[in-house]
Amino acid sequence: MAKILMKGAEAIAEAAIEAGCQAYFGYPITPQNEVPEYFAKRMPKLGRTFLQAESELASINMVYGAASAGVRVMTSSSSPGIALMQEGISYLAASRLPCVIANFMRGGPGLGGIQPSQADYFQATRGGGNGDYYLVVYAPATLQEMCDLTKEAFDVAEQYRLPVMILADGTLGQMMEPVELGNYVPRTKADMTWAATGFQGGKPRSIINSLYIQPEELEERCLAMFDTYREIQAHEIRVEEFHVEGAQLIVGAYGTMARIVKSVIMQLDQAGGPKVGLVRPITLWPFPQEAFAKAAAQESVQAVLSVEMSMGQMVEDIRLAVNGRKPVSFFGRTGGMIPTAKEVREQILALCNGGKE
Amino acid sequence: MAKECRRPKALTDTPFHYCPGCTHGIVHRLVAEAIDHLGIREKTVGIAPVGCAVFAYNYFNTDMLEAAHGRAPAVATGMKRVRPDNIVFTYQGDGDLSSIGCAEITHAANRGENITVIFINNAVYGMTGGQMAPTTLLGQVTTTSPYGRDPKDSGYPLHMAELLATTRGAAYIERVSAHDVPHIRKAGQAIEKAFRYQMEGKGFSMIEVLSTCPTNWGMTPVQAMQWVKDEMVAQYPLGVYKDLGEKEA
Ligand SMILES: Cc1ncc(C[n+]2csc(CCOP(=O)(O)OP(=O)(O)O)c2C)c(N)n1
Ligand code: SF4
Repeated sequence: MAKILMKGAEAIAEAAIEAGCQAYFGYPITPQNEVPEYFAKRMPKLGRTFLQAESELASINMVYGAASAGVRVMTSSSSPGIALMQEGISYLAASRLPCVIANFMRGGPGLGGIQPSQADYFQATRGGGNGDYYLVVYAPATLQEMCDLTKEAFDVAEQYRLPVMILADGTLGQMMEPVELGNYVPRTKADMTWAATGFQGGKPRSIINSLYIQPEELEERCLAMFDTYREIQAHEIRVEEFHVEGAQLIVGAYGTMARIVKSVIMQLDQAGGPKVGLVRPITLWPFPQEAFAKAAAQESVQAVLSVEMSMGQMVEDIRLAVNGRKPVSFFGRTGGMIPTAKEVREQILALCNGGKE
Repeated sequence: MAKECRRPKALTDTPFHYCPGCTHGIVHRLVAEAIDHLGIREKTVGIAPVGCAVFAYNYFNTDMLEAAHGRAPAVATGMKRVRPDNIVFTYQGDGDLSSIGCAEITHAANRGENITVIFINNAVYGMTGGQMAPTTLLGQVTTTSPYGRDPKDSGYPLHMAELLATTRGAAYIERVSAHDVPHIRKAGQAIEKAFRYQMEGKGFSMIEVLSTCPTNWGMTPVQAMQWVKDEMVAQYPLGVYKDLGEKEA
């Protein structure tokens, strides 16, 4: 299929539809209003469900209901709305329900602003709600990648029975890029017999639940979830490494920020500047620890830098991965400010050779 | 004709954990009898609340979901929208439905979601130990209204049946009581009708059941039944608040 020029918020919706998303529940919030608007137009024509909920609290609980029925379901929002969904996300994770949640992050805390941000990293990668759990968190950098990861997210959610988050910054919702759709190759269909659909067909009674009043039972339940998490860590880590071999400096960045870093690295390369490598996590959870550890362990590497659209969140995971082998520093802007290529370049040069090219 | 007395198929044989004199058990049975009578057990999905009925998933012999506190109507909406052929009901207490979940129930009613809601109004938060609910009567002593509910601080008893009957989406709203046999019979008929309306695609229905919580009211079961009859019925008049009947099927 030919590439078409699409806005990010619409492209993700179309990708979800291609992956067989049967229902979308959401509540308007900038910068992703085009997601519900797109679904509102498309879903009725396909005989599928679109519903504007009365709040994000309601949307995520509608997701819980539809996911319990075993259908592919999605919601999307931006930071304050995702904050409101955390109760439901915890229940989804605990009840082992598959679904896809997209967060087009905007500046925070509080009502914050409407410009792009990456300040929900902690919330996304540490579960976000109450209790011991994780989500699989994908961080696309281009619209094509966002479409591909969204389709895969539905498969991964069903395979491991958990909520999967697409953690995109607001830029990815608002920008336009050519995308190729219609190329979805699904994974093997997961067993969905656990779904609550009534006894039709004589299946055993389904109970979708997260209450375990006996601590032994609840612990066992959590341990089983963590077995799944280990399996995910073994099979689902995704990372892009760019110019890492023999680099003097390793930069960690994801999403839109990684695109800016990459362009700076290419500029430096062309100008015969210092050798800088990029490690770009595509899964933020599970985090590509190994990739950072290995890259930083190279003899050539003097330092590691995390560049983020936040006050420094992923940098903590990078520090854990590098584990003191090399100094790890941070550069970022927040509140909807995006570090410019010039600022990033200055930071990189300062770390490489005292600011000289 | 001889009448058989046996456990409805739509109840499991797990013994209820409810206190003596609590009407949760009676209402569970009425719901189960309605499901049996309509022959819909195989396609019914029930949604349990957070409250004393949290373990309803152990009792109703249907597929069951456990929802977060107050969110059952949103969960029911998600389920019903993607599986319109299933029969979906929620079973909620007054803290669950009229306090923390007031938004979810109002919008589910207003959208005319084709679901059945069983609403247990016992004028307190049972599970957490008898705190004040939006439905607590004026002057009623609870653990968080130790001097009696004072409207200057805590407002007035919330009348959910009356409130939801003002939404155009609601098809059938009735308030019944579980304090004696004739009223329990009537409650059973209302519950069955609410499920039948869902089967007929009529839309949202809610049956509010005036119920007891002898444990947290500090009463014997008999006193509690009497208190429902004397005090609660006076505050919460019984009757049909809305019935679209055959008109807007
Ligand atoms: C978000 C959240 N807040 C508070 C609670 C604690 N809680 C559990 S049950 C309950 C009240 C239930 O009262 P009601 O709905 O009237 O049901 P009853 O127990 O009387 O049947 C509360 C506040 C909770 N589980 N979740
Ligand atoms: S605490 Fe009250 S509502 Fe709960 S089971 Fe006991 S009597 Fe019933």
